[in-house]
Amino acid sequence: MMKILLKNINKDGYKPDVQSYLKEHGYQALKKALETSPEKVIDEVKKSNLVGRGGAAFPTGLKWELARKASDSPKYVVCNADEGEPGTFKDRLILEKDPHLLIEAMTICGYTIGAETGFIYIRGEYPKAYKFLSEAVKDAERNNYLGKNVLRSTFSFKINLYRGAGAYVCGEETALLDSLEGKKGQSRVKPPFPTFAGYKDKPTVLNNVETFSNVPSIILNGGEWFSKIGSPLSPGTKMYCISGDVNKPGVYELPTNVTLRELIEKYGGGVHGKLKAVLPGGTSSNFLLAKDLDIEMDYPSVQKAGSMLGSGAVIVVNDKHCMVDVAKRCAEFFDYESCGKCSPCREGTKRTREILGNITRGDGELSDLELLKELQEVMYDTSRCGLGQAALNPIRSAIEKFTDEFKEHITQKKCPLGICPMEVT
Amino acid sequence: MAEMVNLTIDNQKLQVPEGTTIFESAKKLNINIPHLCYHENLSIYGACRICTVEIEKHPRLEPSCATLAEEGMNVKTNTLRVRRARKMIVELLLANHPEDCFTCDRSQTCELRKLAYDLGVKELRFEKGRKYHYVEDTSSPSIIRDPNKCIQCSRCIRVCSEIQAVGAIDFVNRGGKTQVLTFFNKGLDNVECTTCGQCILACPTGALRERTIIDDVWNAIADDKKFVVVQTAPAVRAAIGEEFGMPPGALVTGKMAAALRRLGFDKVFDTQFGADLTVVEEAHELIERIKNKGTLPMITSCSPGWIKYVEHFFPECLENVSTCKSPQQMFGTIAKTYYAQKAGVKPENMYVVSIMPCTAKKYEAERPEMRASGFQDVDAVLTTREAARMIKEAGIDFQNLRDEDFDEPLGISTGAAVIFGVTGGVMEAALRTAYEVVTGKTLAKLDFEQVRGMDGIKEAEIDLDGTKLKVAVTNGLANAKVLLEQVKDGKSPYQFIEIMACPGGCLGGGGQPMPTNDEIRKARAASIYLEDKGKSIRKSHENPAIISLYKEFLGKPLSEKAHHLLHTKYTKRSRY
Amino acid sequence: MPLQKCKEELEKTLKEHNFEKEALIPCLHAAQEKYGCLTEEVISFLAEGLKLPRVEVYSTASFYSMFTFEQTGEYVIRICESLPCYLNGSKQILDALSKELNIKTGQTTQDKKFTIESVSCLGLCDKAPAMMINDEIYGNLTPERVKEIILELKKRDVEI
Repeated sequence: MMKILLKNINKDGYKPDVQSYLKEHGYQALKKALETSPEKVIDEVKKSNLVGRGGAAFPTGLKWELARKASDSPKYVVCNADEGEPGTFKDRLILEKDPHLLIEAMTICGYTIGAETGFIYIRGEYPKAYKFLSEAVKDAERNNYLGKNVLRSTFSFKINLYRGAGAYVCGEETALLDSLEGKKGQSRVKPPFPTFAGYKDKPTVLNNVETFSNVPSIILNGGEWFSKIGSPLSPGTKMYCISGDVNKPGVYELPTNVTLRELIEKYGGGVHGKLKAVLPGGTSSNFLLAKDLDIEMDYPSVQKAGSMLGSGAVIVVNDKHCMVDVAKRCAEFFDYESCGKCSPCREGTKRTREILGNITRGDGELSDLELLKELQEVMYDTSRCGLGQAALNPIRSAIEKFTDEFKEHITQKKCPLGICPMEVT
Repeated sequence: MAEMVNLTIDNQKLQVPEGTTIFESAKKLNINIPHLCYHENLSIYGACRICTVEIEKHPRLEPSCATLAEEGMNVKTNTLRVRRARKMIVELLLANHPEDCFTCDRSQTCELRKLAYDLGVKELRFEKGRKYHYVEDTSSPSIIRDPNKCIQCSRCIRVCSEIQAVGAIDFVNRGGKTQVLTFFNKGLDNVECTTCGQCILACPTGALRERTIIDDVWNAIADDKKFVVVQTAPAVRAAIGEEFGMPPGALVTGKMAAALRRLGFDKVFDTQFGADLTVVEEAHELIERIKNKGTLPMITSCSPGWIKYVEHFFPECLENVSTCKSPQQMFGTIAKTYYAQKAGVKPENMYVVSIMPCTAKKYEAERPEMRASGFQDVDAVLTTREAARMIKEAGIDFQNLRDEDFDEPLGISTGAAVIFGVTGGVMEAALRTAYEVVTGKTLAKLDFEQVRGMDGIKEAEIDLDGTKLKVAVTNGLANAKVLLEQVKDGKSPYQFIEIMACPGGCLGGGGQPMPTNDEIRKARAASIYLEDKGKSIRKSHENPAIISLYKEFLGKPLSEKAHHLLHTKYTKRSRY
Repeated sequence: MPLQKCKEELEKTLKEHNFEKEALIPCLHAAQEKYGCLTEEVISFLAEGLKLPRVEVYSTASFYSMFTFEQTGEYVIRICESLPCYLNGSKQILDALSKELNIKTGQTTQDKKFTIESVSCLGLCDKAPAMMINDEIYGNLTPERVKEIILELKKRDVEI
């Protein structure tokens, strides 16, 4: 089975140090890149059709090219290691177990766009990752893969590590940049986009850990090779995370044309119990049902099926759970994590939590369902960043696909599964 | 030469320079897109999302205040989708909002209320939502904060940080728990707040207001034992008419005096008398510092917001500040000593009320140093808005009042005193007197145009018949900061600096009618200069009442008595 | 750690970043770790060093969940309550913890040993329900296992 990202990690006895990495063709891609022109390197990345693996799925090669072409300086490379979408735990693997893969990729990126400084923004709740990355950076510096005159070329690059401090919203690229600059993690108005004005308003490439980690293989094997793997619509492999009511939760690297059914039943060990609903892209996506299981897990296909792949965090819900309760849990998450800057998200997430809370207490009204649908549209239309735009996705899809369950809570003040408190009778 | 951009807004084609936002472009078509967090003098915040518009080919709506016009853009500001979004956002903001409209000070000028009406909000569908019960910050003598009415537009934070360079408030916590707070919620009175009140002017709702003292004043007027005297600042007479529907900057000096008399004040005097006195003392202080190589540059001291600012942020420059009290305070002291004697009123029975465009004056009146008469020199400070409330409460038809005069002698003033209300006015007034004192000659041209205008920092070189004086004038504390950094580093090229805390000077003060914007400030300034031109006496030292005051009571400028009564000292504070 | 020593350490970090704003969050982390919370003095000190209004530093610190203004216990227990852990019974884990330590979520035990915090997804979804205690990860929890862990920690201190 083709492995690009977990290729080294899966090997027995593999350690996150330079020696182990070098044994697995480590830093060969960097060497090759430094002997090629930056434009040609970007060409390979473009040819690969690699799209961002953090959730937004923007073409990576194009992003690097835009940053390269930007005239301002200095330029920066930033890695988004703020993995926070519920159900996502893939970047942790690379950060803790194969940090040099990320370091090599970022160094290549720096070379192509003309940046001398890189940052890795690691979420505060990953102290081990921070520790291993720190050691790896020092390791790389000692061996001339980072620092002045990398591999005795004219190119110099250093990587700084930066810890987040507990804010999901910092996974949004411009909020991350603000946090990196020492401010609150609140999104900026886009445009301008980070490739034009990012860290300290300078041209910045900001990519997810997984996105970067594909690059060394692309350089070594060619972009065309990558473009033929998995689904032609968004090629390559993907580290799918599967969790919730499954028997074998975990990270599975698979080509992007794997179906949701295969992912759940073949790799995830099957549903623990009977499948009720599944989120393909964490709590920012729409629920899918059993009838949707045969879709291929690439970005356009999932979108066509009415949901979103996002970070590839598949969360499975079995029939022992009440969908109103599940929707409420999602609403509580977004209410807690909203940065609070823009009115629709700040107020909308708060009211959604309250309304769903009311419904679970037997104090809901039928008009609440229409109200939440309208609120979802307004929040999508007017929220400043992806958090607010997506926050009501699971709630709306739960209401639309499990209408009767919601209605029973409201009109009969009954929770069919006996989970919701139903205090008001 | 800026590139031009062609776009279409609501089916109308127009061309704008590159870098113009859609919001600004729409203004050129007389479309004032509904908004809340946008403010013409502040940085773009782009967070209320009410100014949202539809742009062809964009999947979502876009905030017009933060989106630049691009070639070929096709914008719709008024579709069903846009209107629904705006309505729902206002509904969401209202779900948090106390239903206080009947008793709220801002009921007539609340922007949220106007928006709800203008947008046709008919249902409030989020009403079951919990309303937070935040505690009001009533620590400050000048400004009260009610976080329950806050809609997190950040206009107060931006004005405090960008225009005033103070930064006493900021958002704390995140998400739905976000509140505007002071450092560790200590309260405005316990942090670097200068009490300038610009935040009140910037706030669209009743979340910020002045601490009102109207009831105390009514009680004093009703108290037979009290002799109640009122003084009005120059900037009030060019603005109070706006509270009665008159055009911005309408000059209503005579009507104002008439209205105040009807309210029942025993004497209707004029702060401008105090201003003339301040000019005489300050001009002589400047001349003495120059002659005796005292601390220069000397900086004016009549703006209490500025005084609190320099105490917190540049305490090392306190020696540069003139020791003269402000006109309000000089007036109060003279009223309770010289005038009380003259009128045969016991000073303990005299109640001095001042009407000010300023919220910091409330703080100033309560400063411990302001008791030179043996009593609190100024008992109550009303803002322009509060005075108008009282006039409304009394049912007086302000617009149709016939002009009346101030009472004498403390109602006599010159043109130099009027211009205290506008940025550059104190400088100009002081120069008119300083010129004649230094040169012994009569000043022919009274207008010092170089120090007029709304620019943040103005500088000029004044020729006092051979003696060159380099002066600077600033308004808005961020501009003051620039000059103070020079003073702190010993690199200031000036001998005399006028600093006003508020943009435009006092006419833009925190106690003025709302709205106060660039256009209205200019209108008020024009009226003030007009009043100056119309006065028969335009130099402070020629005020006959002032001349008598020195002759009968003070002796001469900077005399020991003058020092004791009319000069003050400052307190070193910090910002950390 | 005495305030003066803490200030010296923070000054070092500030210097490394040229006293620029991006030094703030690393400094806040350091101070939180040394004190278990952020105090007025530390915030003022950082504000003065970075030439920022002190309320701005207060504002930034208050935005992030990992910074607190009230003292946290020696062991900060972070229970994930996001969807995957929730589906696997995180509520029962929280209840067991509350019962064992006799405090509610968000509170600290009287002896200042334990604080319970309910947090968002910790990236341990394959080991749901999961928690972190300081930097240590505990997954595949059951109410019984939770009780064991707390007892182990309580014993650990007594031994020292």
